[in-house]
Amino acid sequence: MVDATMPQSRAATPAVKRGGFHKAMQRRSTIAFLMASPLIVLIALLVVYPAGYAMYLAMLNKSMQRFVGFGNFLFLFKRDTFWLVVWQSCVFAITAVAFKALIGFIVAHFVHNIPNAKQRKWRGMLLIPWVIPPAMSTLAWLWLFDPSYSAFNWLLSFVGIGPIPWTGDANWARFSVILVNIWVGAPFFMIMYLAALKSVPEQLYEAAAIDGASWWQRIWYVTLPMMRNIIAITTLFSLIVTFANFDIVQILTAGGPIDRTHVFATWAFRLGIQSSDIPLGASVSLFMFPILGIAAIFILRDINRRGNESA
Amino acid sequence: MSTKFTRRRFLATTAATTAVLAMPHVSHSQAGGKLSLGFWDHWVPGANNATTALINEWAAKEKVEVSIDYIPSQGNKNLMVIAAEAQARSGHDVLAFPTWEPQAHVERLEPVDDIMGPLIAQNGDVNDTVKYLGRANNKWIAVPATVGSQIKGPCSRIDLLKQHAGINIQELYPAGAAPKADGWTLEVFLKAAEACHKAGFPFGIGLGTTSDSVDSAGAFFHANGAQLVNAKGEIVVKSDAVRKSLDFYKKLAQFMPTDVPAWDDASNNKWLVSGKGAMVMNPPSAWAVAKRDAPQIAEQLWTHGFPSGPNGRYAPFLPYFWGIWSFSKNKTAAKSLLVHLSQRASAEKMVAASAGYDLPSFSKLTDFKTWSEEGPPKGTLYHYPNPHNHHTLSIAAAPAPPKIAQQIYAQGVQTKMIVRHMQGEAMEKTLAWAESEVEGFMRT
Repeated sequence: MVDATMPQSRAATPAVKRGGFHKAMQRRSTIAFLMASPLIVLIALLVVYPAGYAMYLAMLNKSMQRFVGFGNFLFLFKRDTFWLVVWQSCVFAITAVAFKALIGFIVAHFVHNIPNAKQRKWRGMLLIPWVIPPAMSTLAWLWLFDPSYSAFNWLLSFVGIGPIPWTGDANWARFSVILVNIWVGAPFFMIMYLAALKSVPEQLYEAAAIDGASWWQRIWYVTLPMMRNIIAITTLFSLIVTFANFDIVQILTAGGPIDRTHVFATWAFRLGIQSSDIPLGASVSLFMFPILGIAAIFILRDINRRGNESA
Repeated sequence: MSTKFTRRRFLATTAATTAVLAMPHVSHSQAGGKLSLGFWDHWVPGANNATTALINEWAAKEKVEVSIDYIPSQGNKNLMVIAAEAQARSGHDVLAFPTWEPQAHVERLEPVDDIMGPLIAQNGDVNDTVKYLGRANNKWIAVPATVGSQIKGPCSRIDLLKQHAGINIQELYPAGAAPKADGWTLEVFLKAAEACHKAGFPFGIGLGTTSDSVDSAGAFFHANGAQLVNAKGEIVVKSDAVRKSLDFYKKLAQFMPTDVPAWDDASNNKWLVSGKGAMVMNPPSAWAVAKRDAPQIAEQLWTHGFPSGPNGRYAPFLPYFWGIWSFSKNKTAAKSLLVHLSQRASAEKMVAASAGYDLPSFSKLTDFKTWSEEGPPKGTLYHYPNPHNHHTLSIAAAPAPPKIAQQIYAQGVQTKMIVRHMQGEAMEKTLAWAESEVEGFMRT
């Protein structure tokens, strides 16, 4: 944003010498800051304070009466279950985000090619999984995956398949939680990609067509470069949300069987709230912070670099 | 907040005599202050009304302004409220604490020796599990609550056990009389499970990490004398008793539905109501659901005792507690209310309102009419409150020091051991895994 004084003010009082404070108050950036300050305070209260408090909790002993520094983190490094959770969180988040991005990309293209008059209806329908609160829709999935009375198994029985232990076997349970996460999150990618597709200038496709580019070449050399920033930002945002996912895993498997679907948030809840070890639970939840921080740095640096190149 | 509910007046209401307890309060025209209560939101429809009526009755007499929040345990909402209030050192004056929570917040709870002594004198002693969970540093830290406390004993199909296993469960546990169940042992239980499985009606005992699964596993471990950590805090995972328990469960698991490792607390209820199962381990809520949704199944259900093992006959008991925060601003009124709610007449009303589900922890309060008369079949709940002390009321992971036991319980270490072993992991590898897990819980 460019700092600029207001021309009307200058014109109204040309002879009066104003102080620094008055000048500062007349800058658009100052006014913008003042107008945004309630939101900044709100974010500080709702994000910065809890984050700081979580860091403080993570440095206390189990009974929260003694400061132990990084003791809880060092303790976690020695736990097999912790490394299992790290691995599972990565598998869960990366697999789910990759499929959400792929499905979102494909569906966005289909919707983009639907005539405008019908697009609104399709967009509305495709957004339903994302709009319904995940806790509610996951309850429906829980019924579909029910160990004893699974609706899926009932259907599969007609073609001689199953019964599949959807949430009783470690691999099937992992598949199930990832599937539901994809179902909930793919529409977000779809709508973001659709917006990006609409902003690609039609002339680029026309030029590519004149040059004899194939469908795949148009995607690879026109669509993808034009969407790269949206893809990166959407992926980063989704990665953060998916890494921190709680409701889907908690409702569907609660981390079971035998801890094979725990992710950071569910394990932190198990330790912190259900086992009353709040400092250790806080330590587990804070582990997401450096991992996501590193991912954010790489992705945002890439976006910045491309922004500078194009400037 | 200033309160006019004076110490003198409180002492008058809680003097250590039965007579005073029976008629604890002297009404004054002056106000007794405010009291904020966070109680468990009962899943039996209408059960909260009995508690509300009792509290209002007390509040009107004592002129205390009371507000009640009923907090659900669904999604562990009550645990989150407890954790948040403990952190903020602010919130309700009295909270309903699930089983392990008083021990988890012992530093922030007001001791209640002054009311527990007289209550025990009046209502009879409480079992060792209640003492284990409700006392710390030789002091009572919470009052055992009638509402929410439960035993998770077997609930069996009379017809299926008789037809397929040759067991007349009503003869073993007759309504209105002491059990005749000396022959009801782990071996007989296993044979019955096998017979019912062969007939297509397996026993439904969960092996997940929710409390129904963990409680059942705990009772079988106790029956074999198996402990993971002893009362001194020593790790004793690698013992013959633990090996015997895992072997028992490995045999039992082959007669159960294959998906039991994924079961939660709703699964066994559904199993019973579906008509597919011959037995589940549950408080009478499973029977109550059957009575509503599948009356023909409910008519064949009988709640009874666990089988006995080499170490005795155990049943999982999960008491709820009423605790007073140390930062409460009206402790005297809070204690007075808890005394009122712990009276025989109050407990009887709560038990009736919950159709027999709620259990007082005091030994003289196990003979209410509700348990004798509820049906069909009449007498199905007679043995639910353990009126003849036929089995030892226990909790999984005891007798480990409570803060370690809570970790073992919450993380379902015993059920995870069973699942690992039954899925083919070598016994010693399972024991080594459990030992490593438990070592992690020793952190102070």
